Amino acid sequence: MAQDGVNMGRRRFLLATTGALGAVGAVGVAIPFVRSWNPSEKARAVGAPTVVDVSKVRVGQLITEMWRGKPIYITRRSAEMMATLESDEARRRLRDPDSRVQDQQPDWAVNDYRSRDESELLILEGVCTHLGCAPTFAPDVRPQPYDPNWQGGFYCPCHGSRFDLAGRVYSDVPAPTNLVVPPYFIEDGIATIGLEEAA
Amino acid sequence: MSGTTKNGLMHWIDQRLPVTATLEKHVTKYYAPSNFNFWYIFGVLSMLVLVNQILSGIWLTMKYVPSADEAFRSVEYIMRDVEYGWLIRYMHSTGASAFFVVVYLHMFRAILYGSYQKPRELVWLIGMAIYLLLTAEAFLGYVLPWGQMSYWGAQVIINLFGAIPVIGDDLTTWIRGDFMVSGITLNRFFALHVIALPLLLVALVFLHIVALHEVGSNNPDGVDIKKHLDEQGKPLDSVPFHPNYTIGKDLMGIAVFLIVFCGVLFFAPEMGGYFLEHPNFEPANTLKTPEHIAPVWYVAGFYAILSSVPDKLGGVIAMGAAIAILFVLPWLDRSPVRSWRYKGWMSKTAIVLFAISFVILTYLGGVPQTPENIIVARACSVLYFLFFLLMPIYTKIEKTKPVPERVTHR
Repeated sequence: MAQDGVNMGRRRFLLATTGALGAVGAVGVAIPFVRSWNPSEKARAVGAPTVVDVSKVRVGQLITEMWRGKPIYITRRSAEMMATLESDEARRRLRDPDSRVQDQQPDWAVNDYRSRDESELLILEGVCTHLGCAPTFAPDVRPQPYDPNWQGGFYCPCHGSRFDLAGRVYSDVPAPTNLVVPPYFIEDGIATIGLEEAA
Repeated sequence: MSGTTKNGLMHWIDQRLPVTATLEKHVTKYYAPSNFNFWYIFGVLSMLVLVNQILSGIWLTMKYVPSADEAFRSVEYIMRDVEYGWLIRYMHSTGASAFFVVVYLHMFRAILYGSYQKPRELVWLIGMAIYLLLTAEAFLGYVLPWGQMSYWGAQVIINLFGAIPVIGDDLTTWIRGDFMVSGITLNRFFALHVIALPLLLVALVFLHIVALHEVGSNNPDGVDIKKHLDEQGKPLDSVPFHPNYTIGKDLMGIAVFLIVFCGVLFFAPEMGGYFLEHPNFEPANTLKTPEHIAPVWYVAGFYAILSSVPDKLGGVIAMGAAIAILFVLPWLDRSPVRSWRYKGWMSKTAIVLFAISFVILTYLGGVPQTPENIIVARACSVLYFLFFLLMPIYTKIEKTKPVPERVTHR
C-alpha cells in the first residue's frame, strides 16, 4: 500500500476486473434483446400438416398448397417424363443426380423421381435452394431462353436456377442443392404433408 | 470569437453554449477551396434529401399500419383517402431514389478527385458506413408496403445470409423471426426502418461533417490549400463556406435539383417501374414469385455481380466483396497526386472503365437473365474488381503530371 503515490498495480487490477465484470453485464443485457428476435412460441406452433386430395392431379398440372408458410408444389409426371429423369444424358447435366445431399429429402425419396415408391406424383417445397424464390413450373420439352435444350422442369425467375422434373438442380446454376422434398404420406389419394405416416 | 459587436443575449448564450463559435467553425469561417465545381453540390443535396426522407417518413408513420394484414391496405389508404397522402408518399419514394442518385455522384466525385486520400480516410470510411446503412435503410423501407416485390425482395435478401456456412440457416430464421418471411419480419423491419437506422444515419452524417471540417475539403485539383496562407492564417485559395458557397452555389444547385425532383415527383413518380416497381402494386403472395423479379435500380449493380457467379456462397461473397473493397480504397491508391486531372492515363482509363462497368451492371441487374447478359455481367464484374485490385500497381507505376502549387479555375 503506497500512501504517498498511486499503486499502479492495484489500479490496473481494479480497472481490469471492473471492465471484465462490466463486459459480462453487457453480454447479459444483450441476451434478452438478441433472443427476442427468435421465432416466438406462436410462430413455432404454426406447423400443422397440410392435407390435399392428390388423386385428381393431372399430368403436367401444378397445384400449389401451403405448409409452414412455404409453397408446396404437387404435380404428376408422364411416362416419357419419368424416362427422361432416369436417362444418363439428362442426369449428366445435374449437380446431384443421386440425391446424395442429406436433409434435402426423406430417405425414401432418394431415387431418380424423388417421390414415394417411385411414384409419378411429385411433391416438393416450391422454395429455390438459392435464395428462396418460388420457381416457375415449365413442364414442356422445348427450347427456352434460359436453356435451348430444356427437358421440362422448374426455372427460378430470380437468378436463373434450373431444376428437372424431380426437383434436381442443374450443375451450372447458382442454386447449390436439389429442391427439398417435404415429409409426406399418401393414403387413398389424400396426401398429408408434414407427417411421414398416419398417426 | 468577435465579442465586440455581439448583443447581450448572444453573449450570455455563448458563455454557456458555443453557438457562435460552432457557427464560425463550420459555416461562416469554414474556409473551402475557391475552385469547387459542379461535383461539389451532391453533399448538400444528400443532406436535403435526408431531411425530406425524415419529414415525409414521420408523416407516413402516422397513417401506415405495420402488419401483414394491414400494411398494403394502409398504403393504398394513404394514396387514395388521406389528403395529400399521395404527395407525401411520393416524396418519400422519389426521395429514396434521389438519395442514391446524389450519393453515387457524391462518391464518384471523391473517386475523381482523390478525396479519400490522406488525410481524409476517415471522411471516406464514415461515408462508406453511411452508404451501407443507407442501402439497409432503403431495403427495410422497401419491404414495408408488403407488395409482391417487397415480400420476395425480403425473401431473397434475407436468404443471402443463409449462404454463410454452418450458422446460415439459423441466422436467417433469427432475422425473420419466423420460418418464412412473415408479419413478424415486417414488424421488426418497421422498427428498424423508422427508429434504429435513422438514428444511426443522422449520427454518422454528423461525424462525416465533423471529420471533414477537421481536415478541410479537398478540391478538383487535389492540392493542399493550407500550404499557402495569408497574414490571418486563412488559406489564400479559399472562400468562407457561408455566404460564398451557401448562397453562391448551393442555393442554385438546390433550385435546379428541386426542379428535376418535382418533375419526377409530379409527372413520373414510378419512373416507368424503376422507382416503384409494377409487381409491388399487387399484395404480397407468399406462394408465387413475380415472373420478372429485379431489385430496385440503386442496388441492381451489386445484384448483377451476385447473379453472375454460378455458386450460392461465391455469389454472396462476390457481392459482399464488391462493397467491402470500397472501404479500403484509401489504402489502394498509391498515387502521389489526388485528382485524376494529374494522374496518368492508366488511372484515367481505369476510372472511366470502372464507371462504365458499374452503369452496365446496374442495367443488367434489372433485366431478365439470358446467357449473353450473364457473359457481359461477368466481364463487367471483372472490370469492377480490377479497378480496385490493380490500383496499387497502376497508381504507382504510371507517370503523373506536375500538380500546380495553387488551385486552378477552369
